[in-house]
Amino acid sequence: MRAVSIVIVAAIALAPLVIGKFGVSLLNDIGIGALVALGLVMLTGVGGATSFGQAAFVGIAAYATAWLTTVHGASPWTGLALALALTGAAAFAIGALTLRLGGHFLPLSTIAWGLSIALLFGNVEALGRHTGLSNIPPVQVAGFSLADPRAMYYLVWMFVGLAFVFCRNVLASRTGRAMRALRGGNVLLASVGADAMRLRLTLFVLAALLAGFAGWLYAHNNRFVSPSPFDVRVSIEYLLMAVAGGLAHLTGALVGSALVLMMKNTVQDVLPMLTSRGGQFEAVAFALLFILLLHHARGGVMGLLARWRKAKPATAKPADAPPLPRRTLPSRGAPVLTVTDAVKRFGGLVAVDHVSFDVRAGEIVGLIGPNGAGKSTMFNLLTGTLPMTAGRVEFLGRDVTGLSQRAIATLGMARTFQHVKLRPQMSLLDNVALGAHARVKAGVIRAGLKLDRAEEAQVFAEAWRQLERIGLADRAHEMAGSLPLGTQRILEIARALAADPVLLVLDEPAAGLRRKEKQALGELLRRLRDDGVTILIVEHDMDFVMKLVDRLVVMNFGSKLGEGLPAEVRADPRVQSAYLGTGGAPSPADDAPALQAAGGAR
Amino acid sequence: MTWDVALILGIDGLANGAVYLLAGLGLVLIFSVTRVVFVPFGDVAAFSALSLAAFEAGRLPPTVGLVLTLAALTVAVEVVQALRRGEAARIPRAVLGWGVLPALPCLLAWGVAGQQVPHAVFIAVAILLVVPVTPLVARLALQPIADASVLVLLIASLALHFLLSGLGLLFFGPEGFRTAPLTTGALTLPGGLPVSGQVMLMLGAAVVLSAMFFLAFERTVAGKALRATAVNRVGARLVGIRPARTALLAYGFASLLAGFIGVLVAPVMTMYYDSGFLIGLKAFVAAIIGGLVSYPLTALGALAVGVVESFGSFWSGALKDVIVFSLLIPVLLLRSALAAHPEEEQEEIEG
Repeated sequence: MRAVSIVIVAAIALAPLVIGKFGVSLLNDIGIGALVALGLVMLTGVGGATSFGQAAFVGIAAYATAWLTTVHGASPWTGLALALALTGAAAFAIGALTLRLGGHFLPLSTIAWGLSIALLFGNVEALGRHTGLSNIPPVQVAGFSLADPRAMYYLVWMFVGLAFVFCRNVLASRTGRAMRALRGGNVLLASVGADAMRLRLTLFVLAALLAGFAGWLYAHNNRFVSPSPFDVRVSIEYLLMAVAGGLAHLTGALVGSALVLMMKNTVQDVLPMLTSRGGQFEAVAFALLFILLLHHARGGVMGLLARWRKAKPATAKPADAPPLPRRTLPSRGAPVLTVTDAVKRFGGLVAVDHVSFDVRAGEIVGLIGPNGAGKSTMFNLLTGTLPMTAGRVEFLGRDVTGLSQRAIATLGMARTFQHVKLRPQMSLLDNVALGAHARVKAGVIRAGLKLDRAEEAQVFAEAWRQLERIGLADRAHEMAGSLPLGTQRILEIARALAADPVLLVLDEPAAGLRRKEKQALGELLRRLRDDGVTILIVEHDMDFVMKLVDRLVVMNFGSKLGEGLPAEVRADPRVQSAYLGTGGAPSPADDAPALQAAGGAR
Repeated sequence: MTWDVALILGIDGLANGAVYLLAGLGLVLIFSVTRVVFVPFGDVAAFSALSLAAFEAGRLPPTVGLVLTLAALTVAVEVVQALRRGEAARIPRAVLGWGVLPALPCLLAWGVAGQQVPHAVFIAVAILLVVPVTPLVARLALQPIADASVLVLLIASLALHFLLSGLGLLFFGPEGFRTAPLTTGALTLPGGLPVSGQVMLMLGAAVVLSAMFFLAFERTVAGKALRATAVNRVGARLVGIRPARTALLAYGFASLLAGFIGVLVAPVMTMYYDSGFLIGLKAFVAAIIGGLVSYPLTALGALAVGVVESFGSFWSGALKDVIVFSLLIPVLLLRSALAAHPEEEQEEIEG
């Protein structure tokens, strides 16, 4: 891999000596396009948010530097500073406004502001209206003018190279892992203490800044700016580059940019020979190609290549590193979680009705009840996933009522999901490392400059330890999506453990597990309790719960039916009638295991 | 600005808004049934305007060529697919539905072009001519990826817009046209303010068409199938509603609305092959106000967009579009304030 990179870098360095001036300026355009497309791969491919307005960011940067250098005679480097400041600020404002919106609203609004910004360029007197600004000075490096495209070439490709390395470093970092998990939903990210909105905004600003660099290079490479290259049409072309190259791969940006621009050149050369109305066919041909691409190769060129070249999974154990600092666990028997009079209403329906219970350090408490008893709602209330109508939750002596799910997670409450939320395209190790998100601090800039390596080594050593703890270390580098469902549930526990939790809240961990797997899970949970972790478990499987827990809380129809030791609860006639249906609502058929267990107890 | 000017601008704005209202209904209809944000909607409207212009000039509208080309392509795709699946028996149906049916309005156009017929006939045929366009392009470009994510569909739909506007340039040429006025009459409001018949017609058409739209949705089985699909695709499928069929219905209905829009605006606005894009986009602003799901909010939003545009053009003709699009900002702010619930999982990306 290293040899390939050296060959590519050497080829890029030597290219201007071999190819003519036309070829060099095409390569300059490809490099500039690749910068914008790289931003889109990060934003759309990684973050799942599409922008039809990247050309507008390119335009803001190009006009900023053009205006500063022509009207005020400033140096292009000052122009770069202004260009980046303006694109960054614009992206921050637009992103803060639109990124909270669901899927399609964001891209639609990008069309609107993309159009508006391009329209503004053509209507502002100071920016030369539709004629634009010309005579932009070339970039000077140490007194040497980069007016020649061949000199500019090195500047462009240096930026491209740096941008790629930066983005690659970011993706391989703490923030990058969370970014790659963005498609898993906000709830997943909040459960590991990450802020999805902030991650999206970071990606959006990063993509805009890359477009800003491209715009600055564009202005000083072409020495002239006018509104048309910053139109929505051109934004679509950038998106086409990213899709054609492959949104799932950083190199896709480069491949896509080269592919689209070379194709465009060929089309411009060939079509006039076939028809006198070549220019009119160009748009049609391009649109047609784009649609065919979406139909047949949505993964782009790199997606096709990746299918051929199956990467060998790495097997190495991460290097040893000093362990991450751990929380001090409360002494055995101290209250960890106290729920007082919790109420949750959905309109007229009271899903949780004045429920109180507590969980003390070092015990396993089971929350059980027939279907529709309000267990899952209760679970969502105490993890902060749903806001409570009334009542109070105290965690480690602190009132956490009304705190966000993320805040509660960072205090030391880790959870798993009833419907497994893993990132199928990330390795087991990465998935578990995601759990340690809130235990380290490195941000995007430190990650991009590779200043976070010591911290990352600690994270991976911790993730490895947790994988060993659940017995999956030998498969650490496989994709999480390749695991059977039962094993995925166990993996979620490892991810929760990587957060170094005080309280582990498990949502039906035994669902879908075979008997042997259940036994193994039970042993694991007992071991965890012996290590001092407190566990609250919401479960359907009576047999499993009865053998495992220290104490049970039973819910029915939203209220607490009772609590106590497993044997007491089993003997309680009210619990039996709730499960067997005497006097209550008939028990649903899928509660069969519960029915058997309760029946067997009599 | 005096009250008179404000009143005139307001009425003009409502007339524009009526057009965006119809377009917005079409967009919401398509989105709710198929999850496609149908960007080329405006292009279809432009095609109907240009068809009418061609009739008036005594020529056969180039739309005929466009529709027949699309129909031929679709039939080819259908036949190849049927043969691949070994369902050759379905070929005649496919040829009938995708080939013969779209050719009927073309035949009609060929019959009336250059003839001395009432203007209303031209209008009717111009509208009918574009009805097959949306279903055909949707069948070709969107149906094969109907299960893809909203984003992929949106990208495809945007590419489709560029394809259609490119085809528009090929078939209609770069010239702009304005059609004969639909009415010459004018109405004088109490207070002495004249309102042109054209404005009345646009407002009236919006009221009548949206009432019919409402009735069709509430009272017919097809309308109920559309609503069912919009509410719950899987559920609709379980009770025997075929999503591909309802999607086709939605596309056809939206195409009809686009046809009406084209002939309504053509007398007051010089239409080029690509004039439709901005109409469609402003209708989007309206649709976003309605959250892409609510018809009444979309209608209100459309009228607001029209009025803002009309006042905007009074202050700055060049920046009126910027003003309309910046209307999105308060709307989005409001929507993001209301979007309190955490988003659920997104689709995985391919590749």
